[in-house]
Amino acid sequence: MKSLKELEEIKQKTLDSVNLRKDRSGGTRVVVGMATCGIAAGARPVLLAFLEEVKKRNLGDVTVSQTGCIGVCRLEPMVEVYRPGEEKVTYVKMTADKVKRVVAEHIVNGRPVTEFTIGAAE
Amino acid sequence: MEFYRSHVLICGGTGCHSSGSADVMSAFKTELEKNKLENEVKLVQTGCFGLCAVGPVVIVYPEGAFYSGIKAEDVPRIVSEHLLKGRIVTDLLYHDSVQEDKAVKSLDQVEFYRKQKRIALRNCGVINPEKIEEYIAFDGYKALGKVLTEMTPEETIAVIKASGLRGRGGAGFPTGLKWEFTAKAKGDKKYVCCNADEGDPGAFMDRSVLEGDPHSVLEAMAIAGYAVGADQGYIYVRAEYPIAVKRLTIAIEQARELGLLGKNIFGTDFCFDIELRLGAGAFVCGEETALMASIEGKRGEPRPRPPFPAVKGVFGKPTLLNNVETYANIPQIILNGPEWFQSIGTEKSKGTKVFALGGKINNTGLVEVPMGTTLREIIYEIGGGIPNGKKFKAAQTGGPSGGCIPAEHLDTPIDYDSLTKIGSMMGSGGLIVMDEDNCMVDIARFFLDFTVDESCGKCPPCRIGTKRMLEILDRITKGQGQEGDIEKLEQLGMSIKSSALCGLGQTAPNPVLSTIRYFRDEYEAHIRDKKCPAGVCQALLQIMIQADLCRGCGLCTKVCPVGAISGERKSAHTIDQSKCIKCGACLEKCPFKAIVKG
Repeated sequence: MKSLKELEEIKQKTLDSVNLRKDRSGGTRVVVGMATCGIAAGARPVLLAFLEEVKKRNLGDVTVSQTGCIGVCRLEPMVEVYRPGEEKVTYVKMTADKVKRVVAEHIVNGRPVTEFTIGAAE
Repeated sequence: MEFYRSHVLICGGTGCHSSGSADVMSAFKTELEKNKLENEVKLVQTGCFGLCAVGPVVIVYPEGAFYSGIKAEDVPRIVSEHLLKGRIVTDLLYHDSVQEDKAVKSLDQVEFYRKQKRIALRNCGVINPEKIEEYIAFDGYKALGKVLTEMTPEETIAVIKASGLRGRGGAGFPTGLKWEFTAKAKGDKKYVCCNADEGDPGAFMDRSVLEGDPHSVLEAMAIAGYAVGADQGYIYVRAEYPIAVKRLTIAIEQARELGLLGKNIFGTDFCFDIELRLGAGAFVCGEETALMASIEGKRGEPRPRPPFPAVKGVFGKPTLLNNVETYANIPQIILNGPEWFQSIGTEKSKGTKVFALGGKINNTGLVEVPMGTTLREIIYEIGGGIPNGKKFKAAQTGGPSGGCIPAEHLDTPIDYDSLTKIGSMMGSGGLIVMDEDNCMVDIARFFLDFTVDESCGKCPPCRIGTKRMLEILDRITKGQGQEGDIEKLEQLGMSIKSSALCGLGQTAPNPVLSTIRYFRDEYEAHIRDKKCPAGVCQALLQIMIQADLCRGCGLCTKVCPVGAISGERKSAHTIDQSKCIKCGACLEKCPFKAIVKG
């Protein structure tokens, strides 16, 4: 170990992989509906696509988790995105391709992709 | 970067290890692979979470779901329900973490954790102790870096002195002063040692720190080395702690690899390395002079002080010796400043103390509370009270060197000085709870039996005196006590305390003296009435059949292993006291509760 800077680099590199274990209220939360209806409609590839994108973009403050049936099974796979201080946005009939846009436009840049939301579908 | 959406933390401390956490770990591995989740969910083996009573313990993040008492066969459900479908398996959660409306409480709201403040245990159960990177991610080695690059040794000592930290090994000597004495001592070579020879029956605070966060001790020892001018450290750890030894060995290797131990640390002139010394388990080797003799490879026997280790220690050189928990506090004090540490605790006892809760208590385990917390809070709030609604009788702090605290002192704030005032001591942190079924004479005999066994035999007061005390206690518990025995015990105890060579002998009479102080009536009942009020001392016990309740069913005669019970069918039975071995088998078998002991 030559300097504090070197220590800080190791810290930053590892921090993203451990801060899931801290109580964080600050970050963005992505929740994928993973009940039987969700899984049948293809929620797994959607979830995996989120993980892939988050990993690719090094988004340390995003958590991806699952939930049970939200109730509108015909619109599955559904995804809810909670950004701190903002209204929840619900996306419906998600696919792996749509995930890329949601991550890029909504999670990174803060602009919900209106055309994929439940509001647009109804 | 690897991104995992969920972390499964499995306790790998000794407690959970022996209740089967290794099987749970491998079951998770298999199940995750079966469900193809191994790249999404990360498995982490951590140190102790503290709630050993309900182990093995598993925590799943980001939800912070606290699963307890998990067996390998529960794992498929957790994986398929929680990790795959996102539904927390509520019935496997720790009972106190589920609210009445089935909502899941966050961890810090669970009663067991609510009143705790974790400084020494901050990383236990959070990081993987076998990965130095995880320790660094939680600000590990930053304190060492700060000390080496921004502070002088004198400034470092000043911070520790100002914090008010006192030794956590039991005696409570101010840590900063000890550092200063060692720094000022003249010597061409100095040593920094860590006392990890935790020997009190029922104590496992230091073991848990070493198992859960070994790097915090290494970092603190390096800081101490810089402050006092030493370049070599020794950790004296008992060989009965295999997991702690293994993780320390890994930690030292990893620290050397990153250059956090070794030559020119952080690009400065400071060099420091640490070696392990395994102790064979003699209690006396926890005494500082005996410990240092053992490090040198000699027989572990104490020697008179002065000279104190700060002047003449290992290999005759000035030596700094602190306990594991003391060291675990150091990096946090350096990072957060002495004022922060000062703000926790009581006037003369700063910071927190780790206790190992054992005995008659619901939440057996490890807790860390601010100094000044009362015994009542620890036992009834954090510890969850006494099982089966029994009544609290006393708590033993400080193990065989300490004393008991009776119910009338439950509201005493726990710190060094108030415990000494009521005739006990802080000790290293063992806290054994006793209920109405414990006989205090028997407890005193148990602890004294331990110290007689562990006495090294060098000085007569300890070698002969404690033996005589044990003989008197033995006699009392066997119903052969005589008038004047209590006074004899007191007199012997006081003279051993004032004349023994080392801490072992000087504190050995404490359990006897404090039980006499608070439970003299129990001693008197044993001696005068030949009765054991708690019904523990076998020789003073009689098992009897109450004739009016006995229906003569004969079940007791069948279960008695020595054929001591006789009687006609459908009429009252009797026990032949000369044959009875007081095993109590008949007592449990009797359907009419006609058999009693007293």
